[in-house]
Amino acid sequence: MRVTLDIGRFNPEAADPKPYRQEFALEVEEYYTVLDGLIHIREYEDPTLAVRCSCRASICGSCALRINGHAGLGCKTKLISVMDRNGRVRVDPVGNMAPVKDLVWDMKPFWDKIRAVEPYLQPEGPEPVEEYIAPQEAMLHLVGVMGCIMCGACVSDCTVLEVDKNFLGPAALAKAYRFVGDPRDGATKGRLKRLNEYSGIWDCTRCMECVQVCPKGVAPMERIMVLRDKAIAAGMHGTNGARHAESFAEMVKHTGWLNEFWLVPRTYGMFNLMNLNAMFAALPVAWRALRRGKLPTPLHPKREGAEHVRRIFEKVEGPKP
Amino acid sequence: MKVAFYPGCVARGGCPELYPATLLVCQKLGIELEELTGAACTGAGVLQEKDRKLGDALNARTFAMAERKGLPIMTICSTCQGVMSQANKRLQDDDAYRAQINEVLKEEGLEYKGNVEIKHLLWVMVEDIGVDKVKALFTRKLQDLRIAPFYGCYIVRPSWALGFSEHPDRQGALETLIEAVGATVVDFEGKTKCCGLPILLINEKNSVDMVAKHTSTAQNLGANAMVTPCPLCHLNLDGYQPKAAKQSGIAIHMPILHLPQLMGLAMGFSPKEMGLERHIVSTKAVEAKIREAQPARA
Repeated sequence: MRVTLDIGRFNPEAADPKPYRQEFALEVEEYYTVLDGLIHIREYEDPTLAVRCSCRASICGSCALRINGHAGLGCKTKLISVMDRNGRVRVDPVGNMAPVKDLVWDMKPFWDKIRAVEPYLQPEGPEPVEEYIAPQEAMLHLVGVMGCIMCGACVSDCTVLEVDKNFLGPAALAKAYRFVGDPRDGATKGRLKRLNEYSGIWDCTRCMECVQVCPKGVAPMERIMVLRDKAIAAGMHGTNGARHAESFAEMVKHTGWLNEFWLVPRTYGMFNLMNLNAMFAALPVAWRALRRGKLPTPLHPKREGAEHVRRIFEKVEGPKP
Repeated sequence: MKVAFYPGCVARGGCPELYPATLLVCQKLGIELEELTGAACTGAGVLQEKDRKLGDALNARTFAMAERKGLPIMTICSTCQGVMSQANKRLQDDDAYRAQINEVLKEEGLEYKGNVEIKHLLWVMVEDIGVDKVKALFTRKLQDLRIAPFYGCYIVRPSWALGFSEHPDRQGALETLIEAVGATVVDFEGKTKCCGLPILLINEKNSVDMVAKHTSTAQNLGANAMVTPCPLCHLNLDGYQPKAAKQSGIAIHMPILHLPQLMGLAMGFSPKEMGLERHIVSTKAVEAKIREAQPARA
């Protein structure tokens, strides 16, 4: 099988270190993975090509790359499944992280964020005589997230990290969920309090990139959504994110649909002096919309069948604690 | 064809130009719309943050309404489409879960059997009507427009909920239609990324940075307009573009068109009929190019 790998490269030791592209045309077997192709190049074409790998079996998480623009594991992706009709495949280093050389990137910021969520059990109370016991059913929901191999694919394609390097990011937040969700952990409240701040759970934009690219089905964004719910359930109602989620639900519950007019002041907090600046900053936007005849109406009548929507809410949510 | 029409909240709220433009375009396309007037909001991913089962129950109710009519659901919003596709997959894949949800719907006399197809107008045009038939309705060739596509997250991810393996054409449908109107596609990396709207009220700086990044990238690549099948993306990319320009210090001017507006303009509707005067970013430059457009050859 003829394949052309178009590789995004970078040599920090060059006189003028700048990213550049280089193509390699190879004759390979149909079963070759992207990583097999890269190793083939390193062995037979260009020994200077830097690529990181270890297990070659989607266990170690070393070979995360961008393949045709999306993150994935080189060892888990067959060339035949990603090449275009001319046999071309684009390979780049992961995004949102600095390259060290070619396809190898600096993992320090990645590990710093994992460490920031204190990724270890912090049990409370006196130490048991034997081990800490957790019932099987209380641990089942953690199996998916424990499958994380720390490859960084989710971090590579996170759309928030593209604009804000401070965001903890999907891998660290999924790791945080792993401990918040553990019945043996005693630091839940403190963890949620920190995750509730800027750069934490509410800064995720729910774009699903991390869910899409994770090679192990960890679905970090879905864990972040559960952390949001847990933060609200723990009484942390005072963030824009919590107010947004709660007022959105309230509106749909009572009328069957959303009214964007009221979502803004209710998210900022109707009498929240902390957000006065944000409220004022929204005024020019509202004014422009009003002039164009597209400011949503403050009237929010019930939709047909709204009583059924309300009943569904009550039935699924159950009685309020 | 006849569909159960689910316009979504924003097409009649923050983007009121989208609803009437869709009605005109669907009439031309021969899509008969039976609106699901009693359907609730999909939850837009926000309700699902709090309680996924609740969101699935509300969506199953909508599906049951369409199923009773024997019609597929048609959306005009990437977010509605994605949220409903995900819910539908969970309900179709797991009979026990569907039965559990149906328990909640029983009181209203509704039951979802799992047989409803949900399709965005974008997919309907490419799959059900066919590009050639859509093209035959065009009276203008928009050859001077260079258009960047912008899909909206939920119509591209997660791919396993969106039927891409059975319908591979869905992934390039927007480009197909841009080419069909005679315009040039300006391909760019941001086309499947996030517009930033979900965090607009939570972290406005990041949200507006996303608007600046996508609109300025498309502009630098020579696009003179962007088209989106998602009114939520439109809200941010159009409504917050002046702020994005200010925040980034880049002079950005990128008119954002709703997908039905682009189709309607090629079909010969006037910019006023398509509601372009309601946009925040002026569409005058686009309108000038439309005045110069050649008649389309069927």
